[in-house]
Amino acid sequence: MADLRSNFLGIKSPNPFWLASAPPTDRETNVVRAFKAGWGGVVWKTLGDGDPIVNVSGPRYGAIHSSDRRLIGLNNVELITDRPLEINLQEIKKVKREWSDRAMIVSLMVPCEEKNWADILKRVEETECDGVELNFGCPHGMSERGMGAAVGQVPEYIEMVTRWCKKHTRMPVMVKLTPNITDIRFPARAAHNGGADAVSLINTITSIMTVDLDQMSPWPVIDGHGTHGGYCGPAVKPIALNMVSQIGRDPETRNLPISAIGGVTTWKDAADFIAMGAGNVQVCTAVMTYGFKIVEEMISGLSHFMDEKGYQTIDDFRGLALPKFAEWQHLNLNYVVKASIDQDLCISCGRCHQVCEDTSHQAITNQIDGKRKFVVKDEECVGCNLCAIVCPIQDCITMVHQTKGTDPRTGFAYDRPYANWTTHPNNPGAHAAE
Amino acid sequence: MGSIRADGIQAGRLTPADYEANFSDIHAPLSKHEAIVESERCYFCHDAPCQTACPTSIDIPLFIREIATGNDLGAAETILSANIMGGMCARVCPTETLCEEACVREHAEGKPVKIGLLQRHATDELMASGKQPFKRAPSTGKKVAVIGGGPAGLACAHKLAELGHAVTIFESKDKLGGLNEYGIAAYKSTHDFAQREVDFILSIGGIEVKTKHALGCNIDIGVLRKEFDAVFVGVGLSGVNKLGLEGEESLSGVIDAVHYIAELRQAKDLSKLPVGRNVVVIGGGMTAIDAAVQSKKLGAENVTVVYRRGQPDMKASAYEQEVAQTNGVTLKTFAQPAALLGEGGKVSAVRFDETDHVSGRLTTTGGHYTLPADMVLTAIGQLFVPDGLGGADALALEAGRIKVDAERRTSVKGIWAGGDCVADGQDLTVAAVEDGKQAALSIHHALNS
Repeated sequence: MADLRSNFLGIKSPNPFWLASAPPTDRETNVVRAFKAGWGGVVWKTLGDGDPIVNVSGPRYGAIHSSDRRLIGLNNVELITDRPLEINLQEIKKVKREWSDRAMIVSLMVPCEEKNWADILKRVEETECDGVELNFGCPHGMSERGMGAAVGQVPEYIEMVTRWCKKHTRMPVMVKLTPNITDIRFPARAAHNGGADAVSLINTITSIMTVDLDQMSPWPVIDGHGTHGGYCGPAVKPIALNMVSQIGRDPETRNLPISAIGGVTTWKDAADFIAMGAGNVQVCTAVMTYGFKIVEEMISGLSHFMDEKGYQTIDDFRGLALPKFAEWQHLNLNYVVKASIDQDLCISCGRCHQVCEDTSHQAITNQIDGKRKFVVKDEECVGCNLCAIVCPIQDCITMVHQTKGTDPRTGFAYDRPYANWTTHPNNPGAHAAE
Repeated sequence: MGSIRADGIQAGRLTPADYEANFSDIHAPLSKHEAIVESERCYFCHDAPCQTACPTSIDIPLFIREIATGNDLGAAETILSANIMGGMCARVCPTETLCEEACVREHAEGKPVKIGLLQRHATDELMASGKQPFKRAPSTGKKVAVIGGGPAGLACAHKLAELGHAVTIFESKDKLGGLNEYGIAAYKSTHDFAQREVDFILSIGGIEVKTKHALGCNIDIGVLRKEFDAVFVGVGLSGVNKLGLEGEESLSGVIDAVHYIAELRQAKDLSKLPVGRNVVVIGGGMTAIDAAVQSKKLGAENVTVVYRRGQPDMKASAYEQEVAQTNGVTLKTFAQPAALLGEGGKVSAVRFDETDHVSGRLTTTGGHYTLPADMVLTAIGQLFVPDGLGGADALALEAGRIKVDAERRTSVKGIWAGGDCVADGQDLTVAAVEDGKQAALSIHHALNS
């Protein structure tokens, strides 16, 4: 049986599934329910200083759905906690005492003054929590006040505030990064330079979900107007996965621990992030869609996966996929796959033909001898994978690696040795290098 | 008042609530939520097999996608542009042997997309909106006579009107609709849907209706040919096959199922409609099944359909057979009626000879049995009666029905035909609609050239 125990920055938790700083971790009631359900840790919803902020009382969330009204993207205009600091601190202390085996991280966001950070860190330390997360990511409401993403978009500010925090607390400091920048490596390097113990990412993506065409207003509509919010959920996972891998591959930050956030919905999503170098994952939208119980599936799924592959601990497979990332110019141009349609599994919907015909390489038949039949034409197929992706039947279309014979499309042998763009005769750069 | 157990043919066997329940919609319409969920199951296939299987070639993937994207009226337009009776077809089509049988999800998981119910959802929304999505083209000055106001005639008339021609429908009965009005089982077309659909079709304008006008009685096809630029014949099948047994005419209680169903459909109060305690239905098609199920729903205690061949040979689909069985109708196969037995002028039983396939031929085996029957409904096929068409010589026939080409042109120039009265017909509403539509397009082409 795999050992799912997690040790992230010296913070121990029974599993690597933490709840992200968000509505689900806003209060004792929720967090205790989450711990009872099996969550390994929480990042308490962001605390601020001064008078509590005020949230809108209109709709806070927008969403996009796939078929069957499955939520695939969520956005919100909720701000940091709107409850008094004192109550939050009392609850954090109480819950941590009662659930000492779980990770308790406190998210923070205060104005960009050293004193504000020093003061709140002192208060938070008294809760005996395990660490803090600096919220430099929130893209709405707080950023207009010079906090959240307004800090996260300026690497110098990130480094400065991180340094203050490391100076004023003994607790591990994790910096939460915003994806609303052009290159995630710069804020990550800044956090690292400021002394951050880890980064967590991604925070939400600035977004407008849709337009209410009756009111002609961005939706959700609050008294006739809408605003941009923070986008999250399954749809943002690929963006997060890329950013996590960028930090993991950057020579300057490659050893910086990462707590991965962004659309983690199943054990597979968590495994993906861990394989790309994350030490643990944080979850929000999935529990806001299905409730806390999903952690049972995540624990079971990750455990069975690890057992099947022979990984004893999370660290056994952490980062294993990172070295397999190659820049495009290093991909093997002599590697050839061709689509293959399993005629026994095929239900003859013809979508593979339709998309290949309309948008790709006209490489799939729709008739053979006057009968409806979908077969790949190797002489046209470039192995793009589109047909396999649109096929509604699992494993019906597979991409088969070609090793023997000649590619009827190009006339080249299938078994040519590895060669990439850097040495390709069509590459002007390759000639210049000679 | 009668009761289930009262012998003989009696009305009022059930409570008013029973009649209400028994003759309500056999398939409840989809709710908005159900329609969305179901529409999202469609894969939007290439050259979709469902569309190929539809006699009117409705663009099914497109209309389902329109439902899924919240565009019910657009979906209805897609349906009705191919099949103006998309609403009725959604109720009566044997989808299990047409579009839904062809659905790739039937192949994939044995659960086709519920195309018929989705079609009904969209067309119901349009009917409720009161909109007629089609506009008439400017008048062509041409006049077309449509003989018969059933599905073929109405579809033809609507398309011709849309194309700018002036149409006159001559209908022998009181109401338009043909078998939609007089033949479809009551629980498939509730709330007077057939007449609402007729009103919808006529609302395009340019269609004059003359009811109680029958060929050979008060109209003459020769005169119509002179007065109109084209004539479409969609007169259906007005005759029925006879058992050929003694007592068929003389014994009371032996009734032709087509007329019984028509009577039922026109009944304002079903509790006044008499039905037997022991009903025997002879035949294996949709009429037999509909007559049997409706007899059962009217309160008959025992209803037995007897068919001379096996269940797979029945023209009624396997699904329709199942509907009959789940409604308590007994299906007996491999027996043919040998004698009608009577007492005091009323039918009392039917004697059947048992049959079997021997060397590929149906023969009697020597066995027989007798079923008690106070009501016998005969449903062994309908006949085309060429009355008033100028005799069989004028319009060439084939297998007893009017011969037409692919454009539904008859052997006589200027006369088109479609629906059940033409050869090779499938005897389905949807096929009749296609005939009417194709004939209208052919007429339009002929009048313009």
